[in-house]
Amino acid sequence: MFRLILLLLTLTGAARAETIVLGLSQDSVSITATFDGDDILIFGAVRRDAPAPTEDGDLGVIVTVAGPDQRVSVYRKARRYGIWINTDEVEVDHAPSFYAVATSGPLQEVLRDTSDLREEITIPRAIRSVGATVQDSAAFTQALIRIREADNLYQTQINGVDLEQDTLFMASFALPANLTEGDYVARIFLTRDGRPIDEASTVIPVQKVGLERWLYNLAHSDPLIYGMMSLVLAAAAGWAASAGFAALRR
Amino acid sequence: MQIYLPIAEVSVDAFLLLGLGGLVGLLSGMFGVGGGFLITPLLFFVGIPPAVAVATSTNQIVASSFSALLAHVKRKTVDFRMGTVLLIGGLIGSSLGLVVFNYLRALGQVDLLVNLFYVVFLGTIGSLMMIESLNAMRRARNPSGPRRARRQHNWVHKLPLKVKFRVSGLYISVVPPLLVGVFVGILSAIMGVGGGFVMVPAMIYLLGMPTKVVIGTSLFQIIFVTSYTTMLHATTNYTVDIVLALLLIVGGVIGAQFGAILGLRLKAEQLRILLALLVLLVCGKLALDLLLQPAELYSISTGGV
Repeated sequence: MFRLILLLLTLTGAARAETIVLGLSQDSVSITATFDGDDILIFGAVRRDAPAPTEDGDLGVIVTVAGPDQRVSVYRKARRYGIWINTDEVEVDHAPSFYAVATSGPLQEVLRDTSDLREEITIPRAIRSVGATVQDSAAFTQALIRIREADNLYQTQINGVDLEQDTLFMASFALPANLTEGDYVARIFLTRDGRPIDEASTVIPVQKVGLERWLYNLAHSDPLIYGMMSLVLAAAAGWAASAGFAALRR
Repeated sequence: MQIYLPIAEVSVDAFLLLGLGGLVGLLSGMFGVGGGFLITPLLFFVGIPPAVAVATSTNQIVASSFSALLAHVKRKTVDFRMGTVLLIGGLIGSSLGLVVFNYLRALGQVDLLVNLFYVVFLGTIGSLMMIESLNAMRRARNPSGPRRARRQHNWVHKLPLKVKFRVSGLYISVVPPLLVGVFVGILSAIMGVGGGFVMVPAMIYLLGMPTKVVIGTSLFQIIFVTSYTTMLHATTNYTVDIVLALLLIVGGVIGAQFGAILGLRLKAEQLRILLALLVLLVCGKLALDLLLQPAELYSISTGGV
């Protein structure tokens, strides 16, 4: 019994030796009519109750930002009847609409494979596809990552976390303009020798605001009214323009 | 100036969209075409999701056709009875087209469907226009050459359910105009076009309508069919982007006014050859996309757009 308590004490003690104190440059991201992407700064400090346990290995910091999960269909084209058409499809059940990872050092130094597997930190681990019917389904998830990386929707920044004197850290993420709405989850991992010793997370809501919000809501909740409005606006604009030009010519 | 489109969920340069609208407006003013067949592929090229491009361009056509129709109503060059028959066919066709569109969208083949339709129709129409206007130019050079008779009696006049169309001066069956309407409606839903480029030749050569009422009557049909298609897309797919539509409309109506002025300065035959070349160019670009191996074999699509 005594040994169990001692074990628990050392365990919780070890977990508490270094903890994360977290800050954000902004609490939310608003998509306005002129939204052209945004930068988010995630910063913080490592709080210690005791001297840094450097004998456990080097300190590493990993920051991830993940957008809402989506179900994504990945299609592959092949040549049929002389033209290129989509022939194979793989459904990826969970793929974040946005995913960025930043680390304070080379990946193999700050993160072990087993920890990556458990915590789903790197991009390939954050994507899950089950029940694929095509044999080489790995090629499809790779393609998904490749396409989204090209759009800046998936980002890997090795050395993207600025770690000052093993205490202060800071990571900056550029959110592209084609963001999906939803709650974005930022996770921060503190690792020693590639094993997470503390984890913190926070939610950054990304939302359309103002006119964008209103139009989007109207289009989905009252599509009939929205459609009518589009038509009336179109007809009015067409009429106004010709009437205006006719007046100008007079 | 970047602007975020609420439905397409992409950020695009507002001036680029105004310019696109203006360019298509200029062409439609010059050539007297709706321009839907150009605006949809151009929207693909600037990165608007195909489903949004098709749905929104139908909305844009409503705007560009509305003012033109008003002018034709004033001149009494609209055959409302014929227009109504074409319209009934159009509504049926548009509904059919949307069912096919949504079915293939679920299969992930909608891009292929839209592209194939464009290649086939732009290719056919472009080639026909090219041959026609080259022949016309040749005829203009030696006027003694043979001329085709305009009004012919063909199988169209042997069908039952005949109705009198007074404005067009016709007494024909309602079946052929109804079928033309259905066909144009299908095109409207799948390609995001008004379909004037198919309907106008069909009205002249198939139905034998007098040229002066053809444009007004087709505009009458186009406005209602594209309005209906817009509503169908808006209520089933939520893919009509009103901000995108407004930018295109503003650019388009301004461009159309300048196009009309420019069109008066050029000769009709030259105009038609130019338009034919343009149509073939767009067709060629889309055909190459289908025929050449794409740089990226994979593509992704999320449930929404």
